[in-house]
Amino acid sequence: MDIKVNVREAPGDCYVVDLGGEIDVYTSPKVKDAIGDLIDRGVYHLIINLEKVRYIDSTGLGVLIGGLKRVREHGGSVNLVCTNPQIKKIFDITGLVKIFGIFDSEESAMKALV
Amino acid sequence: MNPAVQNAIPELVELRIPSRAEWVALARLAAATVANRLSFSIEEIEDVKLAVAEACTAVIQHENHGEFIQLTCEALSDSLRIRVHDSGRHSFKATDGRPMDFDEARIAGLGVFLIRTLMDEVSYDVHPQLGTDLLMVKRLSPR
Repeated sequence: MDIKVNVREAPGDCYVVDLGGEIDVYTSPKVKDAIGDLIDRGVYHLIINLEKVRYIDSTGLGVLIGGLKRVREHGGSVNLVCTNPQIKKIFDITGLVKIFGIFDSEESAMKALV
Repeated sequence: MNPAVQNAIPELVELRIPSRAEWVALARLAAATVANRLSFSIEEIEDVKLAVAEACTAVIQHENHGEFIQLTCEALSDSLRIRVHDSGRHSFKATDGRPMDFDEARIAGLGVFLIRTLMDEVSYDVHPQLGTDLLMVKRLSPR
């Protein structure tokens, strides 16, 4: 079981968090820390790239929701990049498609940032 | 489908893992392996994986969980029956001592919602001395 987290700066006062592997109860704290560190540094516009995520459970969703809640307090936003149908299905059935912007590419996610 | 399963001989797989986060992946992979033998679709196997992981996660996140989680997967001719047993005492009990109903229990929120959505049958048994069983069934779709 593994999780890869990479944070990089993107144009427009925004950061991209690349995630890869499996996000579950064991690995989600690492994701939470990465997102939390960015927000603590004053980064409120995030793109979270889930392209290489093979699996996500409710703890992973919880981390993303927590991040979104925090950035929204500062007028920020979180857009997700996701094309894996299995991962998209989880966002669909939980209704989270309504609160996250979910995009097929990083480029479109970036264009849609508030 | 595996001939033994097709001939209605139940196949039983049991796994006992420590009630710790790092072992949940093993439980979901075990359940996925059994589901695969029943010829579930890839999407259905992913449903089973997630439901088992959510059940194990719920146990781990409960403050009174036991030392181990017992996973039992029974491959039947028409379905996969899964039991997730937590030997913790007083699990899923309200502070006044009454058994909580499913939605009141600590395995609340998204995890429970996902389990209920992804599996065909979900129920639980609470035994004051023996712990808590979460029972889930995934039925094979007619093909």
